[in-house]
Amino acid sequence: MGAERQRRRTLLHRLDVRGAPYAFVAPFFVVFAAFSFYPLIYTSWISLHRVELSTLNLMEWVGFDNYTALWDDDRFWNALFNTFTIGVLSTVPQLLMALGLAHLLNYRLRGSTFFRVAALTPYATSVGAAALVFTMLFERDFGMINWMLSLVGVDNIDWENNKWAAQTAISSIVIWRWTGYNALLYLAAMQAIPRDRYEAAAIDGASRWQQFLKVTVPGIRSTIVFTIVLSTIGATQLFGEPLIFGQGPNGITGGADNQYQTLGLLLYEEGWKNYQMGRAATVAWAMFLVLILVFVVQRVVKRVLARKA
Amino acid sequence: MTTDSIPVQTADARPGTARKARKATPSGGRRRQLFRHPGAGRQHHAGPVAYILLGIAALFSLFPLYWTMVAASTDNTRVTQTPPPFLPGPHLLENLGKAWQDAALGKAMLNSLIVAGVIALSTVLFATLAGFAFAKLRFKGRNILLMLVIGTMMVPPQLGVVPLFMMITELGWGQKLPAVIFPTLVSAVGVFFMRQYLSEALPDELVEAGRVDGAHSLRIFWSIVLPIARPPMAVLFMITFVHAWNDFFWPFIVLDMTNPTVPVALTQLSAGYVRDQSLIMAGALLGTLPLLALFVVFGRQIVGGIMQGAVKG
Repeated sequence: MGAERQRRRTLLHRLDVRGAPYAFVAPFFVVFAAFSFYPLIYTSWISLHRVELSTLNLMEWVGFDNYTALWDDDRFWNALFNTFTIGVLSTVPQLLMALGLAHLLNYRLRGSTFFRVAALTPYATSVGAAALVFTMLFERDFGMINWMLSLVGVDNIDWENNKWAAQTAISSIVIWRWTGYNALLYLAAMQAIPRDRYEAAAIDGASRWQQFLKVTVPGIRSTIVFTIVLSTIGATQLFGEPLIFGQGPNGITGGADNQYQTLGLLLYEEGWKNYQMGRAATVAWAMFLVLILVFVVQRVVKRVLARKA
Repeated sequence: MTTDSIPVQTADARPGTARKARKATPSGGRRRQLFRHPGAGRQHHAGPVAYILLGIAALFSLFPLYWTMVAASTDNTRVTQTPPPFLPGPHLLENLGKAWQDAALGKAMLNSLIVAGVIALSTVLFATLAGFAFAKLRFKGRNILLMLVIGTMMVPPQLGVVPLFMMITELGWGQKLPAVIFPTLVSAVGVFFMRQYLSEALPDELVEAGRVDGAHSLRIFWSIVLPIARPPMAVLFMITFVHAWNDFFWPFIVLDMTNPTVPVALTQLSAGYVRDQSLIMAGALLGTLPLLALFVVFGRQIVGGIMQGAVKG
């Protein structure tokens, strides 16, 4: 009786030690497989079909027609180009400003908590709220930004209809929301840099600016790469900011002349305005390819830079 | 950046450990005194220029929010005059009330609270479970599975949105909250975040001691892991909550105005036929207030959490 119980306990114990780890990681993989991995793969299958929003269960095989149509579609190249330009306009200043801000926050400060929380506050606002406020600040006739520009003698800028102005305005929403967040990432990395490196540089007569360039920036290089990757993914998906900036019907097409339509908006337009889900899937797949391309380029650049150094 | 992501450290160096290590090194105090250069790194006190620049940065961060409040407290004619108003007017409560009704914000807030709350809870629970397994339990395929987790962090959710929409329609979840909740129940970044924390903060001996005492895995998780993991769980909860509350793309696709979350409801305000700017700003303010409150109360912790999770050079 006792031996029997003992054996059952060891068996249960073994089962627990062997099986529990899988049970613990299972929820993640089940949900991920069902709602992320499977859809991602299935997207490519759908992109080879003609599917309409109203009749989702009717799929008609069309081969690569959606892809050739996309390739010949000016809107696609326009959206791709816009995604790229808005991405650069928003990412580059954002990360440079974050770097400077992190450097300032890295000083010994009074009220450092206040400055950190203040820098992060925009991160708490939703795309919706932030885009609404900035749309108003960038209003052509009464917006605060045009009013300020008028004080220094600049004529009213049509932020909505001028292509580059609109892209700048949209980028500024992204910059505002994410600069503080990136600054905190940089700050954390900066604080992990050993202080002797600064001392050594100081002994060698490096000025503070030189120390920043030669000690701080290399010291947080992997964080910088990480933020570039994250911002690139974010930029590829840009959606809410241009949509809301367009205020209604013009939002989905990215302005009256598609002047700020991004790939995300094009995906939405094809699927949920033109009801062509197959085509929307094709845009999604194109976005995926763009991302892969960006990563490959980034790897190559990184390797080339490493070889030079 | 719209991906649900908090950064995670890649190296096993949390700020705490780095700081401790630095303190422990016996680098002679006198030598440091002698060679202290005015520019010697982060020990340096901020000068007036740094304060001025930081003040400007803080102004840029906070001004749009302040001005939202100003615009929300005036009326439409005043807000569209030049120069624009800089001080609050008398109509704040009135506008808030009207925006609340026009954008159905009551329902939207409740929806957002449910969505963000459930997502944050489940993300934290499953991330802690999986993070514990990856950090402290041995099993076949552990490394491959962990690589998979890391790999998935790079896949933006937007790419699978078309089939996801088809699935949701098939399941009959269109315009319903489960459509928003289920796809985001777990987060790879969360799993990795908890793993990194637990590999360091949870001593192996403690887990083994639990085993010797005859506790089964779930029991160990409940009585040993959970108490230790409480601080990073709180951080993960807040960050996930903020992300889920602000998520826009997918909710905008699957929900409509009859049953929106806050960000979806806010689009209604700007797309309206009659555009009352003060009302729009009142709505924007209302939609942001809950998270601003969260920041006022837990700002320091959220900041600390983001910094703790950051990649170390």
